[in-house]
Amino acid sequence: MTAKSIPAWVTAMVRAFFWLPRSARAGALILVVLAIVTLLAPLIAPHDPNAIDPTHVLAAPDLGHPFGADALGRDVFSRTVYALRTSLAIVFAAVAVASLAALPLGTVAGYFGGWVDQVISRPLDMLLVLPALLLAITLIAIVGPGSIVAALAIALIYLPILARVQRAASLVVAHAGFVEGGRARGWSSLAVLRRHVVPNALGPLLVQAAILAGFAVQIEASLSFLGLGTQPPTPSLGLMLSEGRDVLTQAPWVEIFPGLAIAVIVLAFNLLGDGLRHRLDPQGMVS
Amino acid sequence: MLQIDDVRVRIPVTGGRWVEAVGGVTLSVGSGEIVGLVGESGCGKSTLGGAVMGLLPSGSQLSGQVLLDGRDLRGLTAEEYRRVRGNDIALVSQDPSASLDPTFAVGAQVAEAIRNHRDIGRREARERAVELLRAVGIPDPGARYSDPPHRFSGGMKQRVVIAAALANDPSVLIADEPTTALDVTIQAQILHLLRDLTVRTGTGVLLITHDLGVVAQVCDRIAVMYAGQVVEQGTVRDVFADPLHPYTRALLDSQPAAHHQSGDLPVILGQVPDLTDPPAGCRFAARCARVHDRCTAAPPVVETRGGGRVACWLHDALPPVAQEAS
Amino acid sequence: MNPRLLFVLRRLGLTIPVLFVMSVVIFLIIRLVPGDPVRTMLGFRATPQSIAQVRAQLHLDDPLWMQYRDWVAGVLHGDFGQDFVSKAPLSELLAQRIPVTLEITLLSMLLAVAVGVPLGVRAAVGGRWARRLTEGFVVFGISVPDFWLGIMLVLLCAGTMMWLPPSGYVPFLEDPGGNLTYMILPVLTLAVAEAAYIIRTTRGAMLGVIGRPFIVYLRAKGTKERSIVYRHALRNAATPIATVIGIQFGVLLGGAIVVETLFALPGVGRLIVTAINQRNYPVVQAGLLVVATLFILVSLITDLVVGFIDPQVSDRGKS
Repeated sequence: MTAKSIPAWVTAMVRAFFWLPRSARAGALILVVLAIVTLLAPLIAPHDPNAIDPTHVLAAPDLGHPFGADALGRDVFSRTVYALRTSLAIVFAAVAVASLAALPLGTVAGYFGGWVDQVISRPLDMLLVLPALLLAITLIAIVGPGSIVAALAIALIYLPILARVQRAASLVVAHAGFVEGGRARGWSSLAVLRRHVVPNALGPLLVQAAILAGFAVQIEASLSFLGLGTQPPTPSLGLMLSEGRDVLTQAPWVEIFPGLAIAVIVLAFNLLGDGLRHRLDPQGMVS
Repeated sequence: MLQIDDVRVRIPVTGGRWVEAVGGVTLSVGSGEIVGLVGESGCGKSTLGGAVMGLLPSGSQLSGQVLLDGRDLRGLTAEEYRRVRGNDIALVSQDPSASLDPTFAVGAQVAEAIRNHRDIGRREARERAVELLRAVGIPDPGARYSDPPHRFSGGMKQRVVIAAALANDPSVLIADEPTTALDVTIQAQILHLLRDLTVRTGTGVLLITHDLGVVAQVCDRIAVMYAGQVVEQGTVRDVFADPLHPYTRALLDSQPAAHHQSGDLPVILGQVPDLTDPPAGCRFAARCARVHDRCTAAPPVVETRGGGRVACWLHDALPPVAQEAS
Repeated sequence: MNPRLLFVLRRLGLTIPVLFVMSVVIFLIIRLVPGDPVRTMLGFRATPQSIAQVRAQLHLDDPLWMQYRDWVAGVLHGDFGQDFVSKAPLSELLAQRIPVTLEITLLSMLLAVAVGVPLGVRAAVGGRWARRLTEGFVVFGISVPDFWLGIMLVLLCAGTMMWLPPSGYVPFLEDPGGNLTYMILPVLTLAVAEAAYIIRTTRGAMLGVIGRPFIVYLRAKGTKERSIVYRHALRNAATPIATVIGIQFGVLLGGAIVVETLFALPGVGRLIVTAINQRNYPVVQAGLLVVATLFILVSLITDLVVGFIDPQVSDRGKS
């Protein structure tokens, strides 16, 4: 196979992978594997995640059911795979929504400063007045529980944090020489923002988003565990942990594997985030 | 009194290499005497101070002798050395703003210096600390005892540092660029305070500086250091009047005061040698205006008429210093 | 004026608008529920008469500002309204629930600080093994979800430590020993992640301080190494540590909601969760108000403590 036949995006991905510090590569690798597992869930899961099987109630792990079966005889491995899919989808949506909202808000606040900054930053700071999980619960109290609400609630928690990071980054870039140059050339503010500020201020936002994504998995699981997130019968990691509590002593595998899955995702995002921090956030704007 | 005999310090740097920051220095500071240790930055004068204090960077190697009142400090355990520091030898360092703990009241930091070495009560230490603050010229010391450092000016902070350093009547005080961070008007006040206090108590001072003006103001003797070695030492009067080493002469010529008429300063051309691999001969040879063939070998250390020493081939006709190991 | 007193007053002044905005947001919850909140609350019991009755009872027909004024006035007099389901006065309910939540969060915080600060210091000044072990603990504590850790602890106890009750509660005043036994697992569950953050922050802050010149100067004074580390360096590192403890208290309050549910502890967190599921909005509001106020008070206390540890903070902006 010649180098020409490898698509450009593959080489770019590989290059990005080796650009990361070593510990971050482990995180990236775990996430890639999990992403593949999630995308190919129907092919990887040996059973229907919701198929009730009275002959396998609380069955211990074996070859047919590598993670065992739950109180309804459902295959824990298949449910974990599908639950990962739900969790990662919610987390991805939450972080994407929060980042996309934080990007323009933070950039404008940092670049223009003054009253523009005040108008944008003050209300966002107010969101930080409530502890994170409580903010999410407040939103759910208003709208009612569900996956989409959970995603929005997480996005609401992350918006002020991400906007603050983006604001700090664009504040620094706004005073850099090349931005002054763009202004001197008579570019419009929008052109300066798009061509100079945003591309150069993106690093810290990316780092913060990666770190927050890991904790989003925990928050989503907590909400579902409390019955405030994903609703049954959709498999979700938090919900599985909630359901398995009653059979904990008879069938600990129902609890152990979904919890491990959460821990691994959080760890992977943390490793990736820390590595990205070394590369993209030398000034330490991310908390 | 402090006697430093053929002290060498090697400090590890990256790549398994070593910098010979101090390359065989012999020096003494007598009771009540102020000795100026002069040289450009990076010549090893602060490292020498660290060697005396037992505060070298970790992994450093030290050889030679450091005698304080006849006792060799090199063999001391960590705890024994701690008992010496702040008690028998004290330090006043360059930036008073960085020397004081920003979260502690200044008075408490002076009292701490006392209580580190004396088993006395809080109240007694406080009273003594207030007296020390008064002695170094802090106005209203009883009231200012509890103030944190950032409510003091640089000069006042340095007075506090001096009070803490002199708290236990040390035999020797190492003053490492004590006035560099201060305004010119304050510099003279601090120097004279230092002089008055140490002469009164008989404390010897090793005053590390790059400023010959400071030496001229307060020192009794001077030692000129270049690239880790003392090239010349003697009384301030002798050395300033008739510098024997070409480096000393160049240093004196480059002082602004000597040339304020013409306006342009002579600079010493060339670069300081790389101390990871110091040259075998005279370390100043590469920059010396009067360099000649013999300078590729280590210069002899000879005794000058005024009882000083110089290490230079230009003066090899003078009598060699007997106990000097080259 | 005394700079410290001024600092305290200024910080108190900053808290008032925050409390105001928070109370408005929580007040608005019931008004923001899509559709008719009363119909949602009543569910299948909703009849035109019952709806009208509840609307009158909750004063939902008054102008909004008047409703807010009455609600705040009630709260300030200790009247949080009525439980919509049981009709009991909320002030009594809260009086039973708040001590439980405070007990778990404060005990967890104490444990986390007692373990985390010394370990963080060792990680900064200790040898290679101290560093590696604490790093491992930090990664574990941050990655593992707290409620899963709780479940695993229950599992462990079911196997080996039978005497530890897996869940339940008795008030401290009735049976102090029993109360503390019930607290062991919930507190451990919350404290692990907490300690991990405190270790990480302590280590970073200590490393920053240890490299500063005044540490060298303290050695030059002959100060004992122990005193340099624990009296001087730690005090200088205290600002970020105290700040993180304050922030983490919010996380603890969130974690308490989960842990109370997990271990069947009758705290404010479980109260809120149950109330949300029952659409019992007055209880949700009262619960959120209590927890948010606690959080704001803790932030206030944290800032005041930081100001007292580090005189530079309380002196800033004096002129």
